[in-house]
Amino acid sequence: MVSAIVFTPLFAALFLLFLPKEDEEGARRLAFGASLLTFVISLGLLVKFDSGTADFQFVERFAWIEDFGIQYHVGVDGISLFLVLLTTFLMPLVLLASWGDVHKRVKEYLFVFLLLETGMVGTFVALDLFLFYVFWEVMLIPMYFLIGVWGGPRRIYAAIKFLLYTMVGSLLMLVAILYLAYQHNAQHQTVTFDLLQLYNLNLSLTEQKWLFAAFALSFAIKVPLFPFHTWLPDAHVEAPTGGSVILAGVLLKMGTYGFLRFAIPLFPEAAHAAVPVIMALAVIGIIYGALVAMVQPDLKKLVAYSSVSHLGFVVLGLFAFNVQGVEGAVYQMLNHGLSTGALFLLVGMVYERRHTRLISEYGGLWKQVPLYASIFMVVMLSSIGLPGLNGFVGEFLILLGTFKANPWAGALAVSGVVLGAVYMLWMYQRVIFGPIKNEENAKLVDLSRREVAIFVPILAMMLFMGLYPRPLLTRMEKSVEATLARVNVLRQASPEQSRRAQHEWLPNRPSPDSPVILSLSKDETELKH
Amino acid sequence: MITLPPVNWLSLLPGLILTVTGMLVLFWDLWMKDEERPLLAWLGLTGLVLTAVVSFGLLGRNESAFNGMLALDSYALFFNLIFCLAAGMTLLMSVHYLDTADIRPGEYYALILFATVGMVLMAAGTDLIVIFLGLETMSMAVYVLAGIWRQRLQSNEAALKYFLLGAFASGFFLYGVALVYGATGSVQLGKIAAQVSEHGSSPLLLIGVALLIVGFGFKVAAAPFHAWTPDVYEGAPTTVTAFMAVGVKAAAFAAFARVFLHTLGPIHAEWQGILWILAALTMTVGNVTALVQNNIKRMLAYSSIAHAGYLLVAMVAGKDLGGAALMYYLVAYGLMNLGAFSVVLAVGRKGEPNEEFSDYAGLGFRYPALGMAMTLFMLSLTGVPPLVGFTGKFYMFSAAVKAGYVWLAVIGVLNSVVSAYYYIRVVVNMYMYEGEKAPDLLSSRPALAAAIILAAIGTVLMGVFPSASIALARVSFLSLG
Repeated sequence: MVSAIVFTPLFAALFLLFLPKEDEEGARRLAFGASLLTFVISLGLLVKFDSGTADFQFVERFAWIEDFGIQYHVGVDGISLFLVLLTTFLMPLVLLASWGDVHKRVKEYLFVFLLLETGMVGTFVALDLFLFYVFWEVMLIPMYFLIGVWGGPRRIYAAIKFLLYTMVGSLLMLVAILYLAYQHNAQHQTVTFDLLQLYNLNLSLTEQKWLFAAFALSFAIKVPLFPFHTWLPDAHVEAPTGGSVILAGVLLKMGTYGFLRFAIPLFPEAAHAAVPVIMALAVIGIIYGALVAMVQPDLKKLVAYSSVSHLGFVVLGLFAFNVQGVEGAVYQMLNHGLSTGALFLLVGMVYERRHTRLISEYGGLWKQVPLYASIFMVVMLSSIGLPGLNGFVGEFLILLGTFKANPWAGALAVSGVVLGAVYMLWMYQRVIFGPIKNEENAKLVDLSRREVAIFVPILAMMLFMGLYPRPLLTRMEKSVEATLARVNVLRQASPEQSRRAQHEWLPNRPSPDSPVILSLSKDETELKH
Repeated sequence: MITLPPVNWLSLLPGLILTVTGMLVLFWDLWMKDEERPLLAWLGLTGLVLTAVVSFGLLGRNESAFNGMLALDSYALFFNLIFCLAAGMTLLMSVHYLDTADIRPGEYYALILFATVGMVLMAAGTDLIVIFLGLETMSMAVYVLAGIWRQRLQSNEAALKYFLLGAFASGFFLYGVALVYGATGSVQLGKIAAQVSEHGSSPLLLIGVALLIVGFGFKVAAAPFHAWTPDVYEGAPTTVTAFMAVGVKAAAFAAFARVFLHTLGPIHAEWQGILWILAALTMTVGNVTALVQNNIKRMLAYSSIAHAGYLLVAMVAGKDLGGAALMYYLVAYGLMNLGAFSVVLAVGRKGEPNEEFSDYAGLGFRYPALGMAMTLFMLSLTGVPPLVGFTGKFYMFSAAVKAGYVWLAVIGVLNSVVSAYYYIRVVVNMYMYEGEKAPDLLSSRPALAAAIILAAIGTVLMGVFPSASIALARVSFLSLG
């Protein structure tokens, strides 16, 4: 089933090549249909997912390159499940939006998008480091084309910058992956890239630090963590709407997902050692991103910098190393995917109509396009974390976790929440409220039915996730706990003991963490029954 | 009565087929009408396919012939496949190109085949003199080929430069052979190996080895012996450039790896350091210089220098993994590089070579298939998965990491990032700029189209399903013993 999700878009993309060049409408329908089909298949994962185990589910595994012990090994757990769903959920919406904003080289656009989906889903489900790396890089190329071909005036610069930044990180990660595989060879006489086997590798602290640095650099660039974020505003501003949505909605999550799945559990001791640095960078990112967002004259740039700020929260939550922090982080990844994706779609829709993204060009849209304004409001409120909407749950959990781990970082991060409210509300006020100053805006047309149809599912999810987060949190819980156990057991014990402890733990674990967590998880268990 | 010693004809078979084909080409050319001349390419191709089939069929044999001067082992046979690929693709690319360049087909095809004979000898030679003879057979033919476009001044210049510097390098090589002979008392690799593993190294031997490195370094275009490459590659007819970049390099590496990884393996500690520096230097010089090129053939020339650097990484890593990685990567490099050169040919026209980056503007959308093929080749050269260039690099860097050369691997991957910039520039031009020129491309050149398709399919398939070819490379390398 997982493979079906990964490869349906790829087959659709190949099929697309055989369509006649003139048949744009047919191509759009085919691509949309394929992405919808992929989403439906991925819903099957959600239905059949067993939240009672931390093991990987729907695992598929067979030998690929025997000489190197490389396997095609995929599966999902409570963390990747939702990221896969986020991807497959956003894809049809983005393709639906393309009817409005893509009119040149449509077939190629759709082709590239479908390839991108294969790469993204593959990255989230890969359990073999080689396979992961392949998908990770495969995803890069379509994104590069999206920015470079369909982007704005500085698209080529932005595309190349995006590509080179990401490549530096990922290639160093490749060396680290190779090192891991051969370290496994040295210790166990077999070369393997299997993530689950590599988790149990014995590495000295120095080795861990180097390897962690290589992985972390790659992920930090992707997130992007301050100061590796400079590619992001360029890429976002130049990318076409669909590209921005996917870039913000899914691609940035690969960085945080990478931390959670690879960098932290593979090198727990190094991860602990790196906490102060990464937390500091995350907090700087939160505040810096918010401040820079505040002064942006360009709507898209504002949303781009808000991503830097929001992703800072996610990283903060991850490195709190407790259940609330990490669950909050995963939750916030989904929130950010929804709300920032929706923001980019909204910006794209006024851009289609007015061909400008400058905030100063707008104002008073409330009267002219009320539907647009009200959807914008919900999305904006979700982005700043209004209780009752999804953003609140994630931010709250992250802050809770962070305060437990490091009150100072928590206190500073809270200021980021305030700043976030400031720049968003201020932007909203300037764009939507007030009198119509610019004559052009008086001619604006409100959202079409197709455009509303794009937002209905997004808004529904925002409300659902804001009011009733438990179904998601319970499904994440076991996997998050398992990951944390891998990290935290090590803190108390020597490496040797801890690894043994880890083995004992895996099948059935006594809860190692503090009472607060216990109570939270108890609530959830009750609710499940 | 003198009795001849028994001759193992089988060991000569691949070379013999090629020689006979080359001669047939020469003779047939005498009686041929002008418009029939493309048939010569097909005759040559038949010979090459036959050689490849025979080599493939003989795989697994491990025999020595002519009193230890030639080997019939999987190692040599595997390289034969690479040479046949390089020469065969070159012939496919040449069929239409020769008309546009006013090159006489008879000599041209024969020389390609004779050069391939030299390559086959280099890979099979287990005697430094035989390797030298192979080297010269190949080089002589290629010197002429580089200058075969007589009306073109640049082509003449390329030939002269290549010849002068090549002769110089041959001198170094031969002097190295002499010193090695002085130090070990033999030119046969088996005896040298025995001597070396018994007595270790001596200053005389080391000087000899250093001179051999110079000789090989020149032929594989490793820095700092690479200065001839860009001019020669740019000046030579494009098909010959492709042949040199892939075939000559592979042949030089075949002998290089046999002598160093196998024969001089026991004293690897003595030469690995030098190769480490050469590898790092070659990668960096090649990639950094390629950044500023505006002519695509020149860019590919520097890229071929960079790839020589990656291949040296595999040499440094040595042992089984490094050797097999080297062989695998040569196949990978051959496929994608020949593909890239085919596209360069496809974009050119008579009198209009279209070799600047800007000539590629807008190509991708006007000729989707050609654009996609070129994108594949460029991405593969960069090392993007799941294409063959990635699998090959992965293999080589694995070998380096396994052997403990982590930093060399780091330098290698950082170089790959640098290379991404200039390979991607081609893609940028094809897809992100608009161009007006619409050269007549593939419709009238089926052989060239076949070459591109073949290379593209190979680039993808060997990248996604590398198991079989990796296993073959490993087994072949192990046949060195």
